[in-house]
Amino acid sequence: MTEARLYLAQRLSAAIMAPLVLIHLGVMIYAIQGGLDAAEILARTRGSLLWGINYGLFVIAVSVHATIGLRTLLREWASLRGTVLTLLCWLLFAALLTAGLRAVVAVVGLP
Amino acid sequence: MKPHRKQPLYLAFLLHRLSGLGLALFLPFHFYVLALALEGNAALDGFLHWSQAPLVKLAETGLVFLLAIHLFGGLRLLALENLPWRNSHKNLAAMAVASAFFVACGFLLRSF
Amino acid sequence: MASSPDPVSASIAVRVWRGVADAGEFQQFEVPQQPSQTILDVVTWIQRHADPSLSYRFACRVGMCGSCAMMVNGIPRWTCRTHVNKVMQNNSLTIEPLRNLPLIKDLACDMTVFFEKWKQAEGHFQGASTRADKVARLSPNSPQRRVADAATECINCAICYASCDVVSWNADYLGPAALNRAWSLQNDERDTATGRRLQAVAGDGGCHQCHSQQGCATYCPNELNPTASIAGLKRQVTQAWLRGGLRKRHD
Repeated sequence: MTEARLYLAQRLSAAIMAPLVLIHLGVMIYAIQGGLDAAEILARTRGSLLWGINYGLFVIAVSVHATIGLRTLLREWASLRGTVLTLLCWLLFAALLTAGLRAVVAVVGLP
Repeated sequence: MKPHRKQPLYLAFLLHRLSGLGLALFLPFHFYVLALALEGNAALDGFLHWSQAPLVKLAETGLVFLLAIHLFGGLRLLALENLPWRNSHKNLAAMAVASAFFVACGFLLRSF
Repeated sequence: MASSPDPVSASIAVRVWRGVADAGEFQQFEVPQQPSQTILDVVTWIQRHADPSLSYRFACRVGMCGSCAMMVNGIPRWTCRTHVNKVMQNNSLTIEPLRNLPLIKDLACDMTVFFEKWKQAEGHFQGASTRADKVARLSPNSPQRRVADAATECINCAICYASCDVVSWNADYLGPAALNRAWSLQNDERDTATGRRLQAVAGDGGCHQCHSQQGCATYCPNELNPTASIAGLKRQVTQAWLRGGLRKRHD
């Protein structure tokens, strides 16, 4: 049932991210006007619980989604299988999650 | 391209996979840049200043397109897999591309 | 007085794949063009007039059996129903055996794995009645019967299997035909193996490998849509998970 579970995780993380991506696209298009400035960005996000939840959830979901997506790509186009593929995917997941949560902390700050 | 692949929904698949790959490759870089804020505003501002260059803005527009096309294409797939079947998937795929292009143009126009 | 049509004097340059298993090459033939000529006519002409050692399959010649499926200019087709003048490019043709199937010789593929996957997908009806029971009364117009009927006309020609890139990338993938049949049976209200069949199509190599490229739907000569059927199977698996998880069922 592995493939069924991965499929469900992929689609669930996608569904969770749909509104988050729309928000992200909206913020990007809003914020890019007049150039990006660290102080301007951080004033919006620092200390904000809502932005913390938004980006934290986004990072967790994208780590799951991107890993499973890359897994399919590696299986089909690089013919990776078995333990090698599983280990590589766990590594990718861990790397994305760590780097992503670190970025959330950088931008939102710790509670 | 192999002849049997020259049909719209294969191209939609390819666009979805390649946009996903592009975004996945970009993500570590994106997380790294955001984490510069841990070193203080100046570190992040240093990068943001570099990113004002027109070519970088063009690249950013490309990334916005990738994100938008992956989102809209993904919504089409979620609909395909969970809602009653419709035969209009070529139209939906075309709408996804058009919407993504529209979003990317919006970003590009506001970035200059 | 009606005049007889001018004889068509042009000839077609036909490249045909010759070989056994993994070894082979294209061989060129010059085939006289004729009115209303089909690709099967071309292949038959070559075997009868140019090279009797050419191996190929056909049976009905009228688009009912699916035996004559081959790659024509890179597209999988029933050769008996493909007119030369519709697909010819610059007076030339390329004819190859179906993709994704092991080659026996020349244009004849080994269909074994195709039928093995059909069995792995539990692609056969399993019922509870015997000959002693009354015949089941089914309405052909019930929504579920319409769904089953929409997918039921498959004649196992393997064109969808040849057109599917997931099949070429993933040897375990059951493929569009097997999964399409599974979906048709899942919607047969007389069938008693729907639980077991869902397990069979939801495993590794099952319906979740489909990326909805719809090459199968594009090239199916019977205008079936395996992608739609596979989407139906995905929905059934999701619903089963929502209802009680994906545990092994025994029925």
